Amino acid sequence: MESPAEQDASTDHEQLLPELVAHLRGSRTQLRQEWANRITDASLLSSMTPQEIFSEATSVYDNYVEVLETGSVEALQHYAQNLSERIIPRGVETHEVVGIVLLLRDVLARSLFEKYHSDFALLNRILDAYEPAANRIANTVSVSFVQERERVIRQQQDSIRELSTPVLQVRERLLILPIIGVLDAQRTRQLTEQLLSGIRAHRAKVVVVDITGVPDVDVSVANHLVQTVDASRLMGAGVIITGLSSKIAQTLVRIGVDLSKMNTVGDLQGGIEEAERLLGFTVRRAADADRQQE
Amino acid sequence: MPTGNRSEGEAPISVSILRQGSYLIASVYAALDDDELGRFQRELIRQIMAFRSRGVIIDVAALDVMDSFGSRSLRDLAHMTRLQGAITVIVGIHPDVAFAMVRLGMDLGNVRTELGLEEGLVLLDDLTGGGRLSPVSRSR
Repeated sequence: MESPAEQDASTDHEQLLPELVAHLRGSRTQLRQEWANRITDASLLSSMTPQEIFSEATSVYDNYVEVLETGSVEALQHYAQNLSERIIPRGVETHEVVGIVLLLRDVLARSLFEKYHSDFALLNRILDAYEPAANRIANTVSVSFVQERERVIRQQQDSIRELSTPVLQVRERLLILPIIGVLDAQRTRQLTEQLLSGIRAHRAKVVVVDITGVPDVDVSVANHLVQTVDASRLMGAGVIITGLSSKIAQTLVRIGVDLSKMNTVGDLQGGIEEAERLLGFTVRRAADADRQQE
Repeated sequence: MPTGNRSEGEAPISVSILRQGSYLIASVYAALDDDELGRFQRELIRQIMAFRSRGVIIDVAALDVMDSFGSRSLRDLAHMTRLQGAITVIVGIHPDVAFAMVRLGMDLGNVRTELGLEEGLVLLDDLTGGGRLSPVSRSR
């Protein structure tokens, strides 16, 4: 059961909101321009042109007033998501989005003060109706923006994961796995999977794993790497590891790796040359080969 | 179907042992229990003696699990065949099986492993100096 006071308040809102909306619609041009000016003054949305800011401001303003009128944030949610999709690739930051929505709230509140300043009691009632709606809008827009950003981040993480361990065949039965970046437990597992299935798919005899781009590994990742090398041997393929950093070398020695089982070469070029030797390839310059024939 | 098992009065085992020149090719096509592993070992040794084989390929491609007893038996088998004068190559270990074996510390020691049957045959040719008794001499 709602108390009489609450009922009063809600009917009050219902009566006042149309008036409020009518006022905001009436002074649309002026308020919208003021808002756009304040956005520029606060140097928010610096990656967008003034024309773009103005046109976005217009649609945000209209949406804003519509939400005040209908009380339904669904349309705004949809619009905010759409807006986020467009502006996130432009490099718009969260603080800018929150900032412009709060600016709009302030601009509109100011105009309400101005209009109703002679009647303090009415102003209070107007603000009672306006503030919860305005806060809900600010909330919706910010949340939509952050959600969209998180979606983009998740998508990027997925694509990084897909890109992170390419398996490349450079000669018949010779594969290269260049690894760039930090090797965490999950990526190492993925590396093992890709390496072992790559051996099977390409019928590889030798695999060169280049870890020049890996600054450091922890003990469990180092152990996992050694196990991957052993598993490859069970599948009939030798693994040559190239580009070990001094830190990784230290880690491998600390875990007491069996060096008779590990084939390591300083750099990728040396690794490929060693692999070619194992596979019986000889690579010569065409000019040198011609001279030998003569 | 199990052509490998010629012992009388015993249930057939899931391995076929085929003779290919001076090599024997044993294809394991289902997981073997401990008893079957023992019989497989005896049968293989018997055939190596009978055919004077110089190389053995054990194809385990059909296995999606390998327990520690299985891998130890394979290693022992490889050592036994070595004593009989035949080199054993194990081929077709599945990627998941390979990694599981390493994780669980199952070691095949210095037993040679290869990706598939073809690679195994090439390796045996290298190790035995082309021991296949074939009318067409291989150029390798």
